[in-house]
Amino acid sequence: MTSAGSGLTLLQTCALSLLVFTGASQFALVGALAGGGNPFTAAAGAFFLGVRNAFYGLRLSQLLALPRAVRPFAAQWVIDETTAVALAQPTRRSVRIGFTVTGLTLYVLWNLTTLLGALGADAIGDTDAWGLDAAGPAVFLALLAPMLRTTMERVVAGLAVVLGLGLLPVLPAGVPVLVAALAAPAVLWAEGRRRTRTGPDEDDDTVGEGR
Amino acid sequence: MNIWIAIGLTAVGCYAVKFIGLLIPAGLLERPLVQRLAALLPVALLAALTAQQTFADGRVLVLDAKAAGLAAAAVALVLRAPFLLVVAAAVLVTAGVRAMTG
Repeated sequence: MTSAGSGLTLLQTCALSLLVFTGASQFALVGALAGGGNPFTAAAGAFFLGVRNAFYGLRLSQLLALPRAVRPFAAQWVIDETTAVALAQPTRRSVRIGFTVTGLTLYVLWNLTTLLGALGADAIGDTDAWGLDAAGPAVFLALLAPMLRTTMERVVAGLAVVLGLGLLPVLPAGVPVLVAALAAPAVLWAEGRRRTRTGPDEDDDTVGEGR
Repeated sequence: MNIWIAIGLTAVGCYAVKFIGLLIPAGLLERPLVQRLAALLPVALLAALTAQQTFADGRVLVLDAKAAGLAAAAVALVLRAPFLLVVAAAVLVTAGVRAMTG
């Protein structure tokens, strides 16, 4: 993966995948550390990216209806992909099977590819020459694209890009991303105001487009 | 050592939020505002991160081969290419532009 090219050891790279196991946070942490961020702002950025998993968990706990004793173990697998698979299942039994199979498969594969990637990165040498530094943003873009369905989501994305880039030179590393996240409540608030002014009839957005 | 601190904090924090989601009563999620915010937050975060990783080197804004790579990824996404092809397009175009511009 990209982490071996940014000063992390093999052990650190693998520990990250085993313990954190949520791709966007891992990329963000590694990116912030490579950019010279201090460990606390780097971890804060990664943490806030992981916060969405809490919202997945809210939805999954209803669908999975897990016994309390199992929840601490299931929690580590609460990520984008397991949620996407679980939400697509018709019955509770298949929700549980889908969640478990996806979680186990991804956990094994993700950690294996991390190990191979970390070993391979040393052999490849300068990853920039191969264009591999473009893989991170391309992964993010591919995750982002299916979320941009309504005008509102596009406005949020656009505002977040402007904030994230515009504040980068003036704020400490990691902080601009957190400020950019405020684009979401800001646009929601502006939308709410617009609706109360024009009346609730122009309700053209689909409500609850959660993933 | 700093890196281990960052890894530790991230691991604990990320696990905690995953677990909290499973524990919070469902009533909170049923509020439409919470649902919409939950759907929009990842959009804002991913958009900002994508832009920063493409157009920034540390804290300096740059326009280099990665921009061409990301454009290629965007085209691949519009054409509904599979995930790995999207990433491959970005990597190959970035490497190609770098090789040409030296």
